[in-house]
Amino acid sequence: MATTGTPTNLTQKTRGGIGESTLRPDGTLKVTGEFAYSSDMWHEDMLWGQILRSTVAHAEIVSIDTSEALAQAGVYAVLTYEDLPTEVKNYGLEIQDTPVLANGVVRHHGEPVALVAADHPETARRAAAKIRVEYRELPVVTDEASATAPDAPLLHPGRDDHHAGHVPHPNIVHRQPIVRGNADEAAGRADVIVSGEYVFGMQDQAFLGPESGLAVPAEDGGVDLYVATQWLHSDLRQIAPVLGLPEDKVRMTLSGVGGAFGGREDLSMQIHACLLALRTGKPVKIVYNRFESFFGHVHRHPAKLWYEHGATSDGKITHMKCRIVLDGGAYASASPAVVGNASSLSVGPYVIDDVDIEAIALYTNNPPCGAMRGFGAVQACFAYEAQMDKLAKALDMDPVEFRQLNAMEQGTLLPTGQAVDSPAPVAELLRRVKARPLPPERQWETTEGADVRALPGGLSNTTHGEGVVRGVGYAVGIKNVGFSEGFDDYSTAKVRMEVIAGEPVATVHTAMAEVGQGGVTVHAQIARTELGVSQVTISPADTQVGSAGSTSASRQTYVTGGAVRNSCELVREKVLEIGRRRFGSYHPAWATAELLLESGKVVTDGGEVLADLVDVLEGEAVEIEAEWRHRPTQAFDLRTGQGNGHVQYSFAAHRAVVEVDTELGLVKVIELSCAQDVGKALNPLSVIGQIQGGTTQGLGMAVMEEIIVDPKTAKVRNPSFTDYLIPTILDTPTIPVDVLELADDHAPYGLRGVGEAPTLSSTPAVLAAIRNATGLELNRTPVRPEHLTGT
Amino acid sequence: MDFLRPASWEEALAAKAEHPTAVPIAGGTDVMVEINFDHRRPEYLLDLNRIGELTEWEVGGENVRLGASVPYTAIMENLRAELPGLALASHTVASPQIRNRGGVGGNLGTASPAGDAHPALLAAGAEVEAESVRGSRMIPIDEFYTGVKRNALAADELIRAVHIKKADGPQQYSKVGTRNAMVIAVCAFGLALHPETRTVRTGIGSAAPTPVRARAAEDFLNAALEEGGFWESGNIITPSVAKQFAQLASGACNPIDDVRGTAKYRRHAVGIMARRTLGWTWEQYRGTARTLEGAA
Repeated sequence: MATTGTPTNLTQKTRGGIGESTLRPDGTLKVTGEFAYSSDMWHEDMLWGQILRSTVAHAEIVSIDTSEALAQAGVYAVLTYEDLPTEVKNYGLEIQDTPVLANGVVRHHGEPVALVAADHPETARRAAAKIRVEYRELPVVTDEASATAPDAPLLHPGRDDHHAGHVPHPNIVHRQPIVRGNADEAAGRADVIVSGEYVFGMQDQAFLGPESGLAVPAEDGGVDLYVATQWLHSDLRQIAPVLGLPEDKVRMTLSGVGGAFGGREDLSMQIHACLLALRTGKPVKIVYNRFESFFGHVHRHPAKLWYEHGATSDGKITHMKCRIVLDGGAYASASPAVVGNASSLSVGPYVIDDVDIEAIALYTNNPPCGAMRGFGAVQACFAYEAQMDKLAKALDMDPVEFRQLNAMEQGTLLPTGQAVDSPAPVAELLRRVKARPLPPERQWETTEGADVRALPGGLSNTTHGEGVVRGVGYAVGIKNVGFSEGFDDYSTAKVRMEVIAGEPVATVHTAMAEVGQGGVTVHAQIARTELGVSQVTISPADTQVGSAGSTSASRQTYVTGGAVRNSCELVREKVLEIGRRRFGSYHPAWATAELLLESGKVVTDGGEVLADLVDVLEGEAVEIEAEWRHRPTQAFDLRTGQGNGHVQYSFAAHRAVVEVDTELGLVKVIELSCAQDVGKALNPLSVIGQIQGGTTQGLGMAVMEEIIVDPKTAKVRNPSFTDYLIPTILDTPTIPVDVLELADDHAPYGLRGVGEAPTLSSTPAVLAAIRNATGLELNRTPVRPEHLTGT
Repeated sequence: MDFLRPASWEEALAAKAEHPTAVPIAGGTDVMVEINFDHRRPEYLLDLNRIGELTEWEVGGENVRLGASVPYTAIMENLRAELPGLALASHTVASPQIRNRGGVGGNLGTASPAGDAHPALLAAGAEVEAESVRGSRMIPIDEFYTGVKRNALAADELIRAVHIKKADGPQQYSKVGTRNAMVIAVCAFGLALHPETRTVRTGIGSAAPTPVRARAAEDFLNAALEEGGFWESGNIITPSVAKQFAQLASGACNPIDDVRGTAKYRRHAVGIMARRTLGWTWEQYRGTARTLEGAA
């Protein structure tokens, strides 16, 4: 019986296959400003939708008067909760607790209250401003103490979701304890015990393309929705019931996405645009501006984390106890899964047998928080890495050697009891970043005086070297790859092979959302490698093919890449079947040898050409759509946290070199080097880009990025790029990257998800470097000048 | 909203006289942001971009007459020797694109305490050339800022130019922001040595309701330099004098807590910047090169 296989010498046969740095098809267009983003769409006769949002964080809606808005010339519709067409009036990723439009109460600043459609965006905006909403303000809950007080107002009274039964208070979305060994007993063996309380601010995804989309009503009563999102089918499942339409009448197509980072996992304007389109019978476009975007998507959970670690005098960690409180804001979004990640990865990439862990997410009147790159693991990493430095200091050990002494490796059990069953080169990653030569000191000194661009403050000219102290810090992290805790995390790929204009051509069709991660190059690379063709067409992502799952959790190359590979294999078998039928009698190898497709030909594994694909496929197209799944996972036990919850892990380590103006409290990150194991780099250039991007996002969290919410009113104080700062190129240091490729045998090609891990360790490495420079404890991030100057 | 596009300065003055609520717009780097955010919706926009003379400058014997719309980029590229403090301040304005559009006239018109040009103008010494159909007048910069985002212009007046004293000694400018580029000032400080008059002038940004001079600090330092014969000797300024100067500069602040920083930090940072800029300018003054140019 003949078999088929992936060519073993992957990089040399068909050009543009896996392992090559192929360029993005959209790269030049984006750089030159020609790429069509979802906000650029236009339809003849289209209307513009506008959302009226609450101006207060918690209030009863006494009345809504839309008459004046409706009377405006050019206004086609004004909708409120009363206009929702079906009994389904809420949506949500896991818990359907988010109202499409406020039903008598608003629970956070910026919650959607009413919708307007008009023939001009300015008309729509002005009409929305003429809707009279009378609020009766309610007390706000903004932290654990106020949310769980005996008389605390309940955000969602009468909860009946699947977490409602096991949480200690109705304002706690989900609670996950993990207990393994006996932390109290193990603490008795410790020679040193360190503890700390850490505060992690609210980070925003700050993607550059604001939420936008176009809904076009169709003649069959359905709607075509073109939108920038992270997961078409998840959107579809939430949209269709609210509209009262079967899913096949809501046809979704991905339009140009300007970044996501988790912020497009939840719905934004999707249902609103569809409601307005179906009501008016006209296409409706909605585009948020930057201000609205800060209210239009969930943020990263801010967190308070309490940790205790102990160690013996020879540097072995004895135990860890921690309590992680995540603020989920007004609606659940991804909070339960973030709790699962924060708790199960709270130990970090270390061997600690005795742990006592608790993580909770709160309901509060703060802005809703959900998915963002790193997803729960980021907050924990910030805290446990600070603890590692504290322990090393208490033991008078080198912080890197201390980490290496306790580093996880293949076979280590996580606190959940799950074994890490693929390479875990934690100590090696640390060794690599540490071994790199340090950048030269005092790089600002030139013969003409100080080059301020190389100093904290940059061209703002705040120092010519005065007060500047260098610091170096290290951090390493562990991130799970893929959806965890028993989720059916499959993907679907449709692959077609045919001859067009005398050439064999493959077409890959998935619903994968390309949000910048590079799936479009990877899918073509896989098809070239597996099918031996050079021409690959990537079809637009839409809901005419099965779900690809979310572009989240570092999972798309693994899962949809895996699905593409699987469908390619099925296509290849079919092609070879056809070949055997047509040409099998001409050569015995058709029946006996392992056959491959390479450079447009059917070849034996020995390299002998049996047939041209053009001849094999003559007049016949092969098309297969198939689902593909990675290994199943299990839920965590609600009491003990035990369970094989994760699919795969991704590890990265950073070394940060910073220079701090200690008098003014300004920081310049000089270098942020990273070492990461990626299993197999399918597109090495893209991998480097992901690592540098994640590193920079982590840097932003260390020194500038924070949504500031007024604790008294729960209102957002800085919803703009004037006051929510993200790193510019002048804030971005050199980021040398060291890529390891230790295959994970369970994953396609041995690859590991790449996108999130660098975001974890970047922030704590920068914080460690600032602590090293200043000697300050610094238990919160981002660090502000006030924290460094005691002002 | 009506859009007025005068072809000449005289037409602009006439339009402003006819429509005193008209908001002048040149680079639009302040005005358009306010309009886009719907913070203001003026009845009339008065576009000054057709008036070429506003983007011109003249270097005279004592002053530079800087047209209201001369973009920051032009100041950085052409007037570093004459206006070193303002050139340094220009470097810190937003992004290259905005520096190509925005000019000092806009900063003065908006009169935000966070405007980057103000501390440099206060330190150098300047007069604002304001004009209306009634005539022209020179408003000393010290009298120009009258309140939060308010200035001394009458409703029918437009800013034609700023007359800034040419540097007769070293000048410096420092600005604290929490990012290394493209950032609004948390606070800023400008300092100019005027050896001809043996005086020091200062300007503080973003640390009081208006841009202000640190008058007590200036007075103290002027007296100390005079008494100690520092202008003649070029001796290093004693640390205690620098420290006292910094404390008095801090004391000139009347800041608030906001999302960009705390009042306490602003006071602290202004003191640090005062001490450092004094040190840098004095070093330049003492140095044989006597370069008047800033470090950037």
